[in-house]
Amino acid sequence: MNDLLAIRDLAIAFDLEEGVIEAVRGVSFRVPVGGTVALVGESGSGKSVISQAIMGILPRAAQIRGGQILFADPAQPGSVIDIAALPPDGAAMRAIRGGRISIIFQEPMTSLSPIHTVGNQIEEALHLHRRAGAAEGRELVIEMLRLVGFPDPARALRIYPFELSGGLRQRAMIAMALICHPALLIADEPTTALDVTIQAQILKLVRDLQAELTMAVLMITHDLGVVANLAEEVVVLYRGKVVESGPLKDIFHRPEHPYLQALLRAVPRFDMEPGERLVPIREISSTSGQLLVSKEPWPQGGDAAGPLLSVRDVSKRYGLRKGGFLNSRSTRGLLAVDDVSFDIRRGECLGLVGESGCGKTTVSKIILRALKPDSGEIRFNDRGRIVDVLRIGSDDLMRFRRKVQFIFQDPFSSLNPRMTVFDIVSEPLVIHRIGDAAWRREMVKELIELVGLDVRSLKRYPHSFSGGQRQRIGIARALALKPDLLICDEPVSALDVSIQAQILNLLKDLQDKLGLTYLFISHNLAVVDYIADRIAVMCAGRLVEVAPRALLFRDPVHPYTRALLAAVPEPDPDHPLDFDRLMADKASSPSCWPAPFTIDGAARPKLIHLGDGHYVRASDGAAALELAS
Amino acid sequence: MFGYVMHRLFIMIPTLLVISALIFLIIQAPPGDYLSTYMAELQSQGEAVDPGKIAYLRAQYGLDQPLHIQYIRWIAALLQGDMGYSFEYGLPVNEVVGDRLLLTIIVSAATIAFIWIVSFPIGIYSATHQYSLGDYGLTFLGYLGLATPSFLLALVLLYFANVYFGISIGGLMDPVYIDAPWSWAKAWSVLEHLWIPVIVIGTAGTAGMIRRLRANLLDELQKQYVVTGRAKGLPPGRLLVKYPLRVALNPFVADIGTLLPEVVSGAVIVSVVLSLPTTGPMLLDALRSQDMYLAGSFLMFLALLTVAGVFLSDLALAVLDPRIRLGGGAGR
Repeated sequence: MNDLLAIRDLAIAFDLEEGVIEAVRGVSFRVPVGGTVALVGESGSGKSVISQAIMGILPRAAQIRGGQILFADPAQPGSVIDIAALPPDGAAMRAIRGGRISIIFQEPMTSLSPIHTVGNQIEEALHLHRRAGAAEGRELVIEMLRLVGFPDPARALRIYPFELSGGLRQRAMIAMALICHPALLIADEPTTALDVTIQAQILKLVRDLQAELTMAVLMITHDLGVVANLAEEVVVLYRGKVVESGPLKDIFHRPEHPYLQALLRAVPRFDMEPGERLVPIREISSTSGQLLVSKEPWPQGGDAAGPLLSVRDVSKRYGLRKGGFLNSRSTRGLLAVDDVSFDIRRGECLGLVGESGCGKTTVSKIILRALKPDSGEIRFNDRGRIVDVLRIGSDDLMRFRRKVQFIFQDPFSSLNPRMTVFDIVSEPLVIHRIGDAAWRREMVKELIELVGLDVRSLKRYPHSFSGGQRQRIGIARALALKPDLLICDEPVSALDVSIQAQILNLLKDLQDKLGLTYLFISHNLAVVDYIADRIAVMCAGRLVEVAPRALLFRDPVHPYTRALLAAVPEPDPDHPLDFDRLMADKASSPSCWPAPFTIDGAARPKLIHLGDGHYVRASDGAAALELAS
Repeated sequence: MFGYVMHRLFIMIPTLLVISALIFLIIQAPPGDYLSTYMAELQSQGEAVDPGKIAYLRAQYGLDQPLHIQYIRWIAALLQGDMGYSFEYGLPVNEVVGDRLLLTIIVSAATIAFIWIVSFPIGIYSATHQYSLGDYGLTFLGYLGLATPSFLLALVLLYFANVYFGISIGGLMDPVYIDAPWSWAKAWSVLEHLWIPVIVIGTAGTAGMIRRLRANLLDELQKQYVVTGRAKGLPPGRLLVKYPLRVALNPFVADIGTLLPEVVSGAVIVSVVLSLPTTGPMLLDALRSQDMYLAGSFLMFLALLTVAGVFLSDLALAVLDPRIRLGGGAGR
């Protein structure tokens, strides 16, 4: 038997007040020695519960109802341990946990203790499982930190987790998991909370370490792109059951189970045909009545006044307060948005892409006048009448707010849990005093059918809806005022792949049906590629490249755009990530970009037009640009 | 870190100044002063008052000066360690307070120790065995402690202490030792009498502390880093002490600042019932008779205790929690 881990007929149930929930129902799969197996499934499919069962760290309410978890440790040939039968807090299980099987979690922010140094936490894991002196232990920890790519491992020993970036925190977590050279590493959504460029680095790290330490990896993820780049075998879970498993290529090229086929069709890919639609597992049927479509018509020649929204030279600096009021030192501040300019034409969808912290949400808030920029100008074309958004008074501002609406990222916290769906969707109408009660009722009914929900759901409260349904309620609310411009801030990043496809298709249909214009903010390039006409790439508060969709993907000029594109894992085993071409951490720091693109104290390049609506931020001089492209 | 300490020390000065001004104003707010109260008392007893003597006393203590001059003289004297003169006792405040301050500190320190020693194990047990029979039982006891009026508990305990242990009723020592110089026997007598006020004053605090520790610890036990610790293979006991308990301590350390004055001033009623020779009852009297310097000195002492307590707990927090020590005012 060459299996490191064999799971047979595993059944796990949660004993809750609402009743017994069977989270895992007879799952069997295996992990070979040194192999990589991916456990794929949507949220609620039971994949994390399986990982907790293997580690013996199930929550108190969960119970293993049957089956075996057989672990054949290569360090002790011939012995096979059934983890499911061991007492989870017994000495035998504790020796395996952290020693022979380790785990890394999704949230690098919270999975390390905030008040102990990185060195302390890693050394603790070492001393629990290996006999090593204090000095020797420290050497081993420094060696491991170097292996996971800490720039200054000796210093990292004394650093606290909150002083590290997300990527480095995850590296520290990996160092902690690997310090005892386990035979199996369980990676539970290890890169979901990270940016794409960091994600690619972490994936590369896991792959390299796996080869170096000859360990097996059980990768738990919902991201088929990650699976395609890392796994050798794939196990697909659906509602606590294995629906399909096999080698990577078979799974992607010859999927047999309808669920898997549907899942693969629902993922946005870069090589989609123009006009090709994603196929969600369940399509939303949306109908629209006459109230919504009867919109104030756009006057002839209204577009001559300018684009729908024009943002010019907007900058915003956040002040960082240091110390109390008695010794306020000079406030330097953080430049969140620096000299951002772009236009959104009527009827188009502009995608705004960038990593977390690059300033994309700040830009959207400035457009909504929720934040005041330090300088710059925003002009909105209200049916031929140009409105200076940053200077309008309260009456005009109310009118402007009717034209621009917002869809939020988190469908859970953006709906008031104490209001019914009817109240939520009709609230904008009440605030803006539009229509009487009967008209509003009719309008809300239309809106809710427009997003494919049943009229009966109007009486219910948000908690009885799933994430995707809540996001649709949010969309209905945003459409209530019949706006011209919709700002969508990461509207699908909190949703599962199949739901994501639903929402994206819905947004596309609504755009056609209601003549909407979108500013679509996202960190996911594949999603933006699917929905946007033009794409603006943002980094460290600046737009670095703006181009029509096809042009940007075919011919990216800026090094940051290139790094971003190179780091996206595609859900296709035939197009693996080129790990060697990844730029190190430098990709997102403007002072490290090569010559014509460098931004530092000395050089402050502007956006340059390359033709065909393709702009890139680089120093002047066509010669320099020739060199770059 | 040094800058942080200096900053905190520096900010204590204006805080104390503002407090002293408020204390002074509030004590002086009712019409009249100690001497007019004293005169009224004498007259109601039909005794003659020599206006010349009153005027002399008034000049002597500066009571004829405007308020702000009186305030400045009071503060200037305080800074030199002179707490002024108590009209009622006819003695300098230092001498009036004397032993009482020491005994107050002994009672308070013992009470805080009692609160911590009792509430810690119970709080930890309640949190780690949430919704168990033991948790419910201890919670019930805790609520009982919170709900029982402390003076009632004091009377009950006094009775039993006297009946079963033969300890004299009231006071912090046997009557023979009052005004006697300190000796081993006197110290022993104090210890014998100490436990009743400690239990009485400490009960409500203990119950509150148990509830807070339980809630804090339950919050921390949910955190992801606890799962990480388990996944490392840490035994449950070591895991509990090193990670969640350590983080759950923060609110307690932050509480020290408010705990000190609470224990000192909150014990007034109990002290009256138990006739403890502590500062509480004396403060009450001084406030009633507008004995300006005695009351003011007491209140300043309480304020100093609060400010110093908050300062100490901030320092301890900075030592315990690197996020405070290194984070500064700037977020990410």
